[in-house]
Amino acid sequence: MSTSIQNISLSGRKKEVSNKEMTFWESLYLVAIVKGLMITIKHFFRKKVTIHYPEQTREMSPVYRGRHMLKRDEQGRENCTACGLCALSCPAEAITMKAAERKKGEEHLYREEKYAEIYEINMLRCIFCGLCEEACPKDAIYLTVSKELVPANYDREDFIFGKDKLVMPLEMAIANSKSVN
Amino acid sequence: MLDSTFFIEKGIIILVVFAVTMIFAMYSTWAERKVAAFLQDRVGPNRAGFGGLLQPLADGLKLFSKEEFFPNTPNKFLFIVGPAIAMSTALMTSAVLPWGDKLVIFGKEVILQATDIDVALLYVFGVISVGVYGIMIGGWASNNKFSLMGAVRASSQMISYEVAMGLSIIALLMMTGTLSLKEISMQQSEWRWNVLYQPVSFLIFLICAFAETNRTPFDLAECESELIGGYHTEYSSMKMGFYLFAEYANMFISSAILSILFFGGYNYPGMQWMTENVGVNAANVLGIIALLVKICCFIFFYMWVRWTIPRFRYDQLMNLGWRILIPLAIINIMITGVCILAFK
Repeated sequence: MSTSIQNISLSGRKKEVSNKEMTFWESLYLVAIVKGLMITIKHFFRKKVTIHYPEQTREMSPVYRGRHMLKRDEQGRENCTACGLCALSCPAEAITMKAAERKKGEEHLYREEKYAEIYEINMLRCIFCGLCEEACPKDAIYLTVSKELVPANYDREDFIFGKDKLVMPLEMAIANSKSVN
Repeated sequence: MLDSTFFIEKGIIILVVFAVTMIFAMYSTWAERKVAAFLQDRVGPNRAGFGGLLQPLADGLKLFSKEEFFPNTPNKFLFIVGPAIAMSTALMTSAVLPWGDKLVIFGKEVILQATDIDVALLYVFGVISVGVYGIMIGGWASNNKFSLMGAVRASSQMISYEVAMGLSIIALLMMTGTLSLKEISMQQSEWRWNVLYQPVSFLIFLICAFAETNRTPFDLAECESELIGGYHTEYSSMKMGFYLFAEYANMFISSAILSILFFGGYNYPGMQWMTENVGVNAANVLGIIALLVKICCFIFFYMWVRWTIPRFRYDQLMNLGWRILIPLAIINIMITGVCILAFK
């Protein structure tokens, strides 16, 4: 049995194109227009898909990369030791930091002897690639924890996020430690 | 007759009609966005006020406070006159619309119409055709090829559809025997709506009304993909706003004329009964409401069609106007004539 190449349909969805003349009623288009109007009016009463953003937020996927967060350990101490590997791995060069040495009496604040005195991410440069997260040896920086978008702003300076915006809130660390125990 | 109360009465009616036209045009912009959103499963404007009801005010404020830009044109005067003509012609038409029969206030009969001229329908057609000048002058004075092309397209479209519109009305006029909108409204009391007797005439008039107001599927005057923006490409701030506003005012006026000519105007079933049993005033206030409801239905229909049917191609548009609608209107006139002779 031989079929010509024109008649083969691998997907099974092949349709013959027809150029047949329209009938009189079809050429008036009135029926088609009324059908179209019926379709659109159905959508008028359909459930809206809009999410009112600032009031409602959508469910993000577990691997969604939003704004960064510098994590604390289960005792509420900052993980970051200002090693600079995140800044080094950052292809957009968005991360800058300045290290400082931990003083006596600050052991409850920072986990190791060195910590980041200044830690800034320029959110206008950041491409949310997640390489900083991968480079971090201390499990300090994460993009997947906050599940938040970087909010809009009027000034360029407002997009440089310092430690005040990046470090995990203490309440969150406390809640985390409770869930671990 | 010409005492001071006459002037006060007419002055108040003119002011009210003007205000109603403006408010309808204003909230049509809001309604258009809302309807568009609903037809596309969205929510639409909802930030300014409850349900976005203050949106027209915000839009107006924005348009007034935006920078005014003038292109380097030798016709600066015409450039300003263009939107002014479009706006004033849109607002002038409402003078002859009958909003109701009459109210009795302090024992005096107040006719609910700014002026009842015998040639009201001709006046409407005359003023509407002047509106073409607004678009044409605006496109010409912009000193821009694309604006001019948009203006030429818009004006040729409006002129060709005016022919079919005028012809479609003739069949109706043969039946009613008058050009006065008041008279036409009165003839349609208690379900004798013209649309039942002249459906073809109504259909042609409806299509032409879409074309006259430059609404989709006939909005070739503004086509962002081919002509940047059409005749108003060079316009900014409130001059642009006037063009858009005039479109919405025109939409309101044409909806009103459609309801008056074909859907009984201010008449509603049971108006006779209301007048006899409840009172003239109550019956007529209800009549005004009935007319406004009909107008709103037509405005909604305009928007509904806008978000359903795609834009015509230019040759299709001309084909429809000259080779289908005009012959159809003439055939309709002949059939109407035969019917009138046969049933007389």
